[in-house]
Amino acid sequence: MQLVPTVAGIVLVGFLLIHLAPGDPVLALAGEHGDAQYYSFMRQRFGLDEPLPQQLATYFRRVAVGDLGFSYVHGRATLQVIMERAPATLLLTGTALVFAVLFAIPLGILAARRPHGARDIGISALALGFYSAPIFWLGQLSILVIALHLGLLPVHGMTSPGSAAAGMSHVSDVMRHLALPALVLASHEITVLVRLTRSGLIDELTRDHIRTARAKGVRERLVMLHHALPRALLPVLTVVGNRAGHMLAGAAIVEIVFGWPGMGRLLLTSLQTRDAPILLGLFFVVSFTVILFNLVTDLLYAAIDPRVRFR
Amino acid sequence: MPLSTPEFASADLAPAGSAHEPLSTRRSSFATTVSLPSGRAGLILTGLTLAVTILAPALATADPFALSGPPLVAPSLVHPMGTDALGRDLFSGVLYGARTSLFVASAVTMLTFICGAGIGLIAGYRGGVLDDLLMRVTEMFQVLPRFFLVIVAIALFGAGLDRIVLALGLTSWPVLARVVRAEVFSLRRIEFVRAAESSGASGVHVLWHELLPNVMPSVAVMLGLLFGQVLLVEASLGFLGLGDPNALSWGVLAGQAQGFLRVAWWLAFFPGLAITVAVLGSNLLADALAASLSGR
Amino acid sequence: MSEAPDALLEVSDLTVDFLTGGASVRAVDRAGFEIRPGETLGLIGASGSGKTATALAILGLLPRGSAVRGRALWRGRDLLRSSPAELRAIRGAGIGFISQDAMTGLNPLHRVDTQVAEALRVHRPRLGRSAALGHAGALLERVGLAPERLADTPYPHEWSGGMRQRAVIAMAIANSPPLLIADEPTTALDVVTQSAVLELLREVRRESGSALLLITHDFDVMAELADRVIVMQEGRIIEAGTVHEIFDNPREPYTRQVLAARAAASASRDGCLCNGVVRIERSPGNVPGGLLRVEELTIRYPLQRRLPWQRRSWIDAVDGVSFSLDEGESLGLVGESGSGKSTLARALLRLEKPDAGRIWLAGREITRAGGAELKAARAMVQIVFQDHTASLNPRRLVAGTIAHPLHVHGCYGTSGGDRWIAELMDIVGLPRRFLARFPHELSGGERQRVAIARALALKPRLLVLDEPVTALDSIARAGILSLLATLQRTRKLGYLLIAHDLRLVRGLTHRVAVMRQGRFVETGLTQQVYDAPQHPYTCALLAALPISHPAERAAPDHRQSR
Repeated sequence: MQLVPTVAGIVLVGFLLIHLAPGDPVLALAGEHGDAQYYSFMRQRFGLDEPLPQQLATYFRRVAVGDLGFSYVHGRATLQVIMERAPATLLLTGTALVFAVLFAIPLGILAARRPHGARDIGISALALGFYSAPIFWLGQLSILVIALHLGLLPVHGMTSPGSAAAGMSHVSDVMRHLALPALVLASHEITVLVRLTRSGLIDELTRDHIRTARAKGVRERLVMLHHALPRALLPVLTVVGNRAGHMLAGAAIVEIVFGWPGMGRLLLTSLQTRDAPILLGLFFVVSFTVILFNLVTDLLYAAIDPRVRFR
Repeated sequence: MPLSTPEFASADLAPAGSAHEPLSTRRSSFATTVSLPSGRAGLILTGLTLAVTILAPALATADPFALSGPPLVAPSLVHPMGTDALGRDLFSGVLYGARTSLFVASAVTMLTFICGAGIGLIAGYRGGVLDDLLMRVTEMFQVLPRFFLVIVAIALFGAGLDRIVLALGLTSWPVLARVVRAEVFSLRRIEFVRAAESSGASGVHVLWHELLPNVMPSVAVMLGLLFGQVLLVEASLGFLGLGDPNALSWGVLAGQAQGFLRVAWWLAFFPGLAITVAVLGSNLLADALAASLSGR
Repeated sequence: MSEAPDALLEVSDLTVDFLTGGASVRAVDRAGFEIRPGETLGLIGASGSGKTATALAILGLLPRGSAVRGRALWRGRDLLRSSPAELRAIRGAGIGFISQDAMTGLNPLHRVDTQVAEALRVHRPRLGRSAALGHAGALLERVGLAPERLADTPYPHEWSGGMRQRAVIAMAIANSPPLLIADEPTTALDVVTQSAVLELLREVRRESGSALLLITHDFDVMAELADRVIVMQEGRIIEAGTVHEIFDNPREPYTRQVLAARAAASASRDGCLCNGVVRIERSPGNVPGGLLRVEELTIRYPLQRRLPWQRRSWIDAVDGVSFSLDEGESLGLVGESGSGKSTLARALLRLEKPDAGRIWLAGREITRAGGAELKAARAMVQIVFQDHTASLNPRRLVAGTIAHPLHVHGCYGTSGGDRWIAELMDIVGLPRRFLARFPHELSGGERQRVAIARALALKPRLLVLDEPVTALDSIARAGILSLLATLQRTRKLGYLLIAHDLRLVRGLTHRVAVMRQGRFVETGLTQQVYDAPQHPYTCALLAALPISHPAERAAPDHRQSR
């Protein structure tokens, strides 16, 4: 498995960060504001008194069992604190990804149908514009225009303040709160995916097998959807996998702009309280998510393309 | 000598209709790039950004750190972009902020070029075990989530432009390295490279004179896109309050605006606009360059 | 024109313009011809002459940005003015299309049988899925693809070029169209496969009675199949007639030139170097193998692993090959693509690392040489590649290209500098004003001459010629071949000539080696190998040689007897 060295590499990067940082490594593992007894306990737990190679081994063992350190601020294990926030982030990111794919592919097809036509130029220009704007700015603008000026959607948090709604009305409340942040997060992904779908399709449509299909008398809609699109989507799939890290970074920013109670908010508060273990833990969780995401897209790729089919 | 005139007869009759021209037949990609509408727009936007960066002291109406008016004044003739909560002139802030943002982006781009192109060239040209090893390392670095790594690094090492540049540079090179490696890998099988080798050219000579000039165009495209990305990441860091405390940047300005969104829209609007213009400029240029290379 | 009412397809005044970047290029200029039921019309011309554009215009398959005028009457209806829906109904059902490059002509993500079935179901919507698949299986079997093959490897990427071309033919004949258009159906295939595919086309035509519009640049293919031939040049039809008229009495200078060049390239029995071989071997100063000696050379390639944890397996591209070459001797290396001949050639220049065996050049072992020793050895052996476009750095002028080896060896001044470069241009028959041009401003033949000039710059003793004329049209081909023959004679160069076309090797070599799957299956004096081949594979290669004149066509059993 080529995953093993990658995972090991990431753990090693974490270890190096802890030990290269100025100051006592225990601060990076246990956070500031602790007392002497607590620090000596953590020092022992991560073997910080042993020679470096042994420390590394201990560290690997700790990470392997899911021990990413302890947050003194929260008074709980780092992983536990992060996992509490993960569902909200997952909901936001997942919704955004679905939005992105649902918008991007039809737009890409529309643009590729007549390359350099008016519609293509419009879509491409818009995509590039969104691609170039910082995501927090898009969030701020959407709050200014859609929420504050037009008063259409709530702009802060996951639920309305003081709402004790349950069941369906709770779901709809969350969805109203989710709509804007998810759209803003998606807008960035859409642009990447539209550009890829478009260029993939244009490339694909010039290929010989498309001409073969047309020469058989296949109608244009089927040529596009059945013959050109599947292979044009392969790079899209790869990029979706590679962009998991980007998406989570974007999600963090969007959460901060919209007060969404996920890992991004945790990131901000941990920065403010200088809670290093949480930040390090976030780095690990995001890294492993990216690896997992890549693995899933690789498997999907193999399911679509017979040339890389697993045996 | 068998001058075989028939061949020249046929040669002078240029083949009609074949629209395929080899990719690299264009002598000046720059001229083609600028002839495209997107290229021209990119050049104008990038030119504007650079001009602002250089001329900031001449253009600024006030010291960006000094209190030059009442707080939270909406844009007016005196303060074209309004003032912030402390009464500092935002227009001057945006002008000076360009310097920091562009410095970080340029430095990271340089660092990426050196690491990425270097590793890509060597891995692609040497192949074999070294290639395997370098690509494994590259893959690992590519998985590292750039944004979160930089945050941890800054949290542990403290804020500072040097640390931001280093952390971004170290996480940005893998994509470039992989692209260069892939191009070199296919180029080195191309006959003109073989021909140079078979006439006794050394590895360094081949890398420098045959391969590098032929991968430079796509490297330029990648670096153009990267430049924009780094501007965005730097802005996000500033937004989170992780920018260098001693340097004003667009991201820092945008971060300060978050608390005043309801009362002072201009504080969020103008810094974000400046970032978008600069990023759009480099993206457009990269796009047009890529289009002119693909021989459209 | 009196038969016009009977014509299946009648094209008149067909004009195609490609609009590229504001400029318009005329690809086809007022072309007119007709195809009658059951006949095979050959459309021949060099690349860029507009023959493919003609076919695509008829089918309405030209890319966007092309303007088509004229008429193409298909059973009384003008195809150029038909709606997309009408055209779709004719494509596949009325006119079947066999595309140029079978390697890319099939969709890599779909099973081959579903692709054939799709061709059926497009025109017969009521045909069920499984019925269509059954029918597709029968069609594939008809074109020589056994059902087991399909069960093993249903996707095209594991198929050879010949198999894919057969599948494309199956798709084209699925609805028994009265007209088939085949665009260079055999160009991408090796000799043996090419002859098999031509045979298949001949059978299909006989069984179905379809008319065939056969597009090719190759007069050999015409000689095999065409009833009538039209010749295109620069978008115009310059000559038309029966295949015998064209071969025996070409009227246009262009046609005559091409046919003459073709004859010069193949009929070289008289100008053969075979006689010279005796002289070389008996000359007293020459040690046998004095120029090059190769012993038990083996080169392996790792096969692509599907998954990183799989064990690497290896393939022997060159498998224990030994041979030698004297000063001034010319050796031909013949085999299909993938037989290892190019790998072997590259190993002699140490562009590939030998895994086993030894190589001596002019008495010095260079198998593991490095640094200055290798550099000196490389000055003695130079190579000319097949792909004249890829072999020249697009960013370098002709002058710089030819001088490059001299600069690398730091002997530009001592070897005569500009004067020597200019002299080289004379030697290869290029005007000196071309020195200031970029490669893309030259034709294919001229580029190949530049490559030869570059190879000669260091005054090497051995020239490795890797398919030097394969990528050229027949006229340029004849020019390069005569240049190579002259160089060999006048400069006493050793040649290692690699080719898949046996006729070419015949005129230029003293000895020949037939290579298959990394090994030599037969070696001998060129004349002997041709007249009395020993190995069955050599016999097969010789039998697959296309006939050179339509008169040689005979009953189907004639091939076996040859």
